[in-house]
Amino acid sequence: MSRLVQGYEVVIGFETHAQLSTRSKIFSRAPTDFGAEPNTQASAVDLALPGTLPVMNKGAVERAIAFGLAVNAHIAPRSVFARKNYFYPDLPKGYQISQYEIPVVQGGVVEFYLGDEKRSVRLVRAHLEEDAGKSLHEDFVGQSGIDLNRAGTPLLEIVTEPDMRSTEEAVAYAKELHKIVTWIGICDGNMQEGSFRCDANVSVRKPGQPLGTRREIKNLNSFRFMQQAIDYEIRWQIEELEDGRAIEQATVLFDPDTGETRAMRTKEDAADYRYFPDPDLPPLVVAPEWVEQVRASMPELPRAMAARFVADYGLPEYDATTLTQSPAMAAYFEAAARSSGQPKLASNWIMGEVSRRLNAQEIDIGQAPVPAATLAALVGRIADGTISNSAARQVFEALWSGEGSNVDALIEAKGLKQMNDTGELEKILDGIIAANPDNVAQFKAGKDKAFNALVGQAMKATKGKANPQQVNELLRRKLQG
Amino acid sequence: MSALHDLSVAALAGRLKAREVSAVEVAQHFLARGGAHAGLGAFLATDPEVTLAQARAADARIAAGEAAPLLGVPVAHKDIFVTRDFPTTAGSKMLEGYRSPFDATVVRKLAEAGMVTLGKLNCDEFAMGSSNENSAYGPVKNPWDTSRIPGGSSGGSAVAVAARLAPAATGTDTGGSIRQPASFCGITGIKPTYGRASRYGMIAYASSLDQAGPMARSAEDCALLLSALCGPDPDRDSTSLDVPSEDFTRALGGSLEGLRIGVPKEFFGEGLADDVRAAIEAALQQYEKLGARRVEVSLPRTELSIPVYYIIAPAEASSNLSRFDGVKFGHRAKQYTDLLDMYRKTRAEGFGEEVKQRIMVGTYVLSHGYYDAYYLQAQKVRRMIADDFRRAFTECDVIAGPAAPTVAWKLGEHGNDPLADYLADIFTLPASLAGLPGMCLPCGFGAGGMPVGLQLIGNWFQEGRLLNAAHAFQQATDFHLQQPEGVQ
Repeated sequence: MSRLVQGYEVVIGFETHAQLSTRSKIFSRAPTDFGAEPNTQASAVDLALPGTLPVMNKGAVERAIAFGLAVNAHIAPRSVFARKNYFYPDLPKGYQISQYEIPVVQGGVVEFYLGDEKRSVRLVRAHLEEDAGKSLHEDFVGQSGIDLNRAGTPLLEIVTEPDMRSTEEAVAYAKELHKIVTWIGICDGNMQEGSFRCDANVSVRKPGQPLGTRREIKNLNSFRFMQQAIDYEIRWQIEELEDGRAIEQATVLFDPDTGETRAMRTKEDAADYRYFPDPDLPPLVVAPEWVEQVRASMPELPRAMAARFVADYGLPEYDATTLTQSPAMAAYFEAAARSSGQPKLASNWIMGEVSRRLNAQEIDIGQAPVPAATLAALVGRIADGTISNSAARQVFEALWSGEGSNVDALIEAKGLKQMNDTGELEKILDGIIAANPDNVAQFKAGKDKAFNALVGQAMKATKGKANPQQVNELLRRKLQG
Repeated sequence: MSALHDLSVAALAGRLKAREVSAVEVAQHFLARGGAHAGLGAFLATDPEVTLAQARAADARIAAGEAAPLLGVPVAHKDIFVTRDFPTTAGSKMLEGYRSPFDATVVRKLAEAGMVTLGKLNCDEFAMGSSNENSAYGPVKNPWDTSRIPGGSSGGSAVAVAARLAPAATGTDTGGSIRQPASFCGITGIKPTYGRASRYGMIAYASSLDQAGPMARSAEDCALLLSALCGPDPDRDSTSLDVPSEDFTRALGGSLEGLRIGVPKEFFGEGLADDVRAAIEAALQQYEKLGARRVEVSLPRTELSIPVYYIIAPAEASSNLSRFDGVKFGHRAKQYTDLLDMYRKTRAEGFGEEVKQRIMVGTYVLSHGYYDAYYLQAQKVRRMIADDFRRAFTECDVIAGPAAPTVAWKLGEHGNDPLADYLADIFTLPASLAGLPGMCLPCGFGAGGMPVGLQLIGNWFQEGRLLNAAHAFQQATDFHLQQPEGVQ
C-alpha cells in the first residue's frame, strides 16, 4: 500500500555495500582489520605493484552464496568478474574488479514487517567486488594522503528493485537486510566503520505516472541519517516539481549537520567505465555441491525461526519477530523458554524488563548480567506461585545489579515468598475490613473502586507477599458472604 | 675445447657438474662477454656482485653434491619479469629505477633450479612491438647484421642468445614476441600453452595472451628450461593451469616416422617473401626425409587474427597500464597543477608513442557504444580461430610454417608506420589467440644472410611433441649451430 505525500507516490530502491567478514582481502592475503596504521595492511597485490595478479578468496564467495540462500535467490553456477575502469588515487590498479553482467547472486527477496503489514522487497542481484582505498585530505597541507588498507576489502553489493514506497519502509528494509547479513555472519554490520553502507535511489511521481527521475543518496551509514536523508530528499523533490522544475538525475550526499542533501555530480559527469571481463580471473564456477556445503553450515534463518517460535512455543507473531532480531536474542529466549517451560512468560520478560535494561545501558544480550538460565528460574518461581510479578521485579533488579545470582536465595533473603497460608491472610483481611467500614459500605453500594482500595491495603499490609489473586477471591467472598 | 659461450646449456651443466669449471668462472666469462658486446644493446641492467653471489651459491650446491640439470648455468631475463635483485623497467621510462619487492614466479623457479642471473634484457616497451625499436632505452641490434632489428618484443633476449652473451634467456610471447625474434636472430624459442607458465611477476601487457617461455640455441636447451619454469601457481596466478610441469627432455629423441605435419595454405600466400618461402620449403622436405608426412591444412581465419589481436591486446593493455599513474610507484611528472594534470603529464612523459597508441585504441574499443562492435566481436572471432585449429589438429599432429613473412628488416625501415609491423605478425598471432604452444627454430638463411625461422604449432599441452620435432630437425641440420661473425 503506498501512502501519498502531498499527492505524490514515493519510489525507493537500495544499493547496499556489505563488507564481508573474511579475514583476508578478496583478491590478496592481506588482512582486513579495521583501524590499522595507514598502508600497513596493503600487500603488493593491493598496491597493484607491476606483475601482481588477483586470486579469488573462497571465503568471500561462500559468504555471497550464504546471502543468496538466505534471501531465496538463484546462485549462478557461473559468474564473471569484470573490470570497472577509472582513475582515482585510492584505486591502485586504475580499475575496480566487480561483477557486472553476470553476478553470483541473482534475484531473491527480503521480507519484513512494517507495523502489522508484511512487506517484501525484491532483489535484482548481489555481486562480489573489491573496495577502494581512502583518500585523506585533512592531514596534509596542499596534498592528499592515500591509505590503501581498505583497498581490496571484499564487498557484496546488494541491489533491490524500486519496491519501497515510504521512508519507513526503506528504513525497515535496511534494518531487515542488516539483520540478515549479521545473522548469517557474513558481515559484522558495523555501520560507523563502514561495514554496511546504503545508497538510496529516491524518486517521486503522481500515481499512475511512469517512474520519476531518481537521485541517489550515497553512503548512508546510520538508520537515523537514512530516515532524515530520505525524508528531506522526498520533500525537496516534491517542492522542485511543485515549483515547476524538473528533477535532474544526480548523485547526492546527505549532510547530517544541515539535515540536507546536496548534489555531488550530475548525469553529464557520468564516466564511461569501459567494463570488460577481467582476463586475470576465470569465470567463478559454483558447483551445486558447494552451494549445499554452504547451506549445511548456515544457521536457522530469522524468518524460519520466528515461524518455529509461533508453532512450537505458541508465541504471538509479534513476539516471535521481536525475539528473532539477533541470533543471541533468539538463543537467550529459547534457553529461558526451555528451561522454565514458560515460553510466553519468558518472552514477556525478555521483551519487557530485559530489553528495557539492555536499551538503557546500550548493551546487547550477550552482555546481559542475568543469564538465560537465571531468568528461567525466576520465571519458574512466578509460574509456580512462589512470588508475585512485583516481587519478581525486585528479584530481577537484584540479579541485574549483581546483588545476587541465585533466584531462590534472593527470594528468601528479601522475604518475598508469597503468603500462601490462607489462615494468616484471612486474619489480615478481617482486620482490614474492620478498620475500613467506609470502603466496605461503598463497595456494598456498588463502587468497585472501594474494593480496589481494600486490595491495595491488603497488599501493603503483607508487604506484597500476598498472592493478589488470592486476596481478590478471599476479600470478595468475605464481603459478599 | 670450445669456449664456454659456445657450449649449450646441457653441455655447460655437464661441465659444471663434473666440476671442470665453476659457476663463478662461467658467470665471469659471460659477464665479460656481455660487457664486450654492450654495443648490441641487449642488456638493460647487470650487477656483477649479485650475479657472482648467485654463482657462488650454485657452486656451494654443486659442492654439496646436488645434481639439478640447470645448476650453475647462467640465464638472463627479459626486463618484463620483475626481479628483486635487479631493477625492472619493462623497457619504459615509466618504470625507470623501479625495483620490485618480489621475483616473478618464472624467475624464482629458474633461480631455485640453480640458474645464475646475468641481468635484465632489453625489450619493446611493455612488450609492445615487433622490432625492439619501441624500447625507451634504445634499440637492440641484430648480431647477424647490426643495421637490422632483432625482432620483438623479446629482442634483447634473442640477441643475448644469438650473440652468445648468455646460454639461454627468458622471453614472453603475447602475439609472437618469442617466436618472431627467435626467427630473426637464428635461435630457438618456445611459448608454451597459455596457462602452463605462471604470469605472476610478468608485467602484464595483454593478460589473456601473455605467456613466458625460454629462448636458447637448441630445442634441447629450451626443453631443459621449459621443464623448470612451467607448473601451477594457484596462489598467485588464477590463470595458471593445474597441470604439472614435465621433464620435456624425455620427449626428445622420438622418431618422426608417420608424424603428420600440417601445412596451412594461408601461411604461404602473397605476402610471404621468396627467400623465406624457400627456406621453409626446404625445411619441410627435411622433415619428410625424417619420416614425417606432409598434409595440407587450412586455417581460414588467419588474416582475421590481425584485427582480432589488435583489438583484444590493446583493450587489455589499456586497462593493465592504468596502474602506471604516478601515484604509487614509477614516474611522476615534476610539475602539475592538479590531480588530472598530474595524471596527464605523468602518462604523457612516461609512456612512449606505441604504448600511447595502443592505450588509445584499447580505450576506444572498450568504450560505451563500441564494445559490442569491436571487443565482443573480436572475442567471437577469436573462438572461431581456436576452432579452426581444433579442426586442423584432427588432420595433423604439428602445424609448420614461417614465423614471419620476411627476414629481419632494417632499423628504422618501418619508420612511423606501425601497421607494417602489425602485418608482419600474421603468422604468430593465430596460435597466441588460440592459446596454443608454438615454437620457432632456425631453418636456413635468406636475403643478406639473415636467419629464417620455422614455426611449429602444437595442440594444447603438446610442448613435448613440438620439442621432439624441433630436436629431430636439429639433429639432422646445423642451422642452430651457425653463429654471426661479428661476435665469434
